[in-house]
Amino acid sequence: MAAVDQAHLFTFLCRMGDNTLVLGHRVSEWCGHAPVLEEDIALANTALDLIGQTQMWLGLAAKVEGKDRTADDLAMLRDVWDFRNVLLVEQPNGDFGQTIMRQFLFDAWHLAMLTALTKSTNADVAAIAAKSVKEVQYHVERAGDTVIGLGDGTTESHQRMQKALDLLWPYVGEMFVPDPVDDAMAAAGIAPDLTDLRGDYDALVASVLAQATLKTPEGSFAHKGGKSGFQHSEHLGHLLTQMQWLQRAYPGASW
Amino acid sequence: MKPSEAQIWDWLDQVPDPEIPVISVVDLGIVRGVAWDGDTLEVAVTPTYSGCPATGVISMDIETAMRDRGINAVRIKTQISPPWTTDWLSEKGRAKLMDYGIAPPRPAGGPECCPLCKSTNVGEISRFGSTPCKAQWRCADCLEPFDYFKCI
Repeated sequence: MAAVDQAHLFTFLCRMGDNTLVLGHRVSEWCGHAPVLEEDIALANTALDLIGQTQMWLGLAAKVEGKDRTADDLAMLRDVWDFRNVLLVEQPNGDFGQTIMRQFLFDAWHLAMLTALTKSTNADVAAIAAKSVKEVQYHVERAGDTVIGLGDGTTESHQRMQKALDLLWPYVGEMFVPDPVDDAMAAAGIAPDLTDLRGDYDALVASVLAQATLKTPEGSFAHKGGKSGFQHSEHLGHLLTQMQWLQRAYPGASW
Repeated sequence: MKPSEAQIWDWLDQVPDPEIPVISVVDLGIVRGVAWDGDTLEVAVTPTYSGCPATGVISMDIETAMRDRGINAVRIKTQISPPWTTDWLSEKGRAKLMDYGIAPPRPAGGPECCPLCKSTNVGEISRFGSTPCKAQWRCADCLEPFDYFKCI
């Protein structure tokens, strides 16, 4: 096994933690607004799991970086250009169907990724993955069931789910395109080759979408620039103004 | 003289879970180890769900309980591996959950029966409940909703 570049490892850990942080915050925006109480609670619980996982990923990232930063510093004191989440998770909530579709498309990747990471050569990465994968298994089942329920539901719910799928599908590709950081992780046995995850992902997604009577969009165009930090969508900046407001207005505030 | 580890375990078994106070943190299976490091007591605790807000409260409750028994130097160590599983719930804990009105976890994936009337005619309302560790179910016979402790 090649010794791994610590800067690459830091970037990889930020990607894992930024995905869960940004999606966790997005999902928490539903708190108190969901269509029914049970869904409100389910969304809040999902957000909570994701924020908990963020603490572990960014905590490890901070440790690897070795600059005395904490998980909170990384979450609250970086600006847009330093975030390394994929574009899918920063997309706005839209209606309930769009939120659930985004969740399912991410959860299916997250499950495949974490399952592979449980076999990581890095013991800390493997431990975080083993903890998270149990929660994510539950997320993907719930999101998948809800995609099926709404897709194969009324004319209105079906039409909204198809619209959500058409909108979000071009954001799926970014999760599977490796770059030099991913190559370094794969070479060191820390993380899988991302292209190896695509088969399981496509099989799960195809099965759920078929049961949901939804049509997978054609074409393989993929929006990119989130995980590299090259170009986030405009939505991330707006999200950060809310999420980071307290630490920016009252630096160092704690309770 | 330092209290024995058995004594510590006994004391920890009297620290209630903050969300489900009928069971102790030991019943819940989240205390993974107790050891003396010189005069400092180290208690290894594993979180149930990674984002469970009760985790911080539990650490504080353990420290308080040890101080009340004269142990002032306590270090709580968070241990995430191996990950917590509901298999670690004690038999005593499971029985207490049922009495309290929360159906205990089952590998089969759902409650054995309604904790109130014991009917097996039950159905899921939502996969998530009032805390990360619970789902919402209802009984079709006594018509009462109840919590089910999720199996993970």
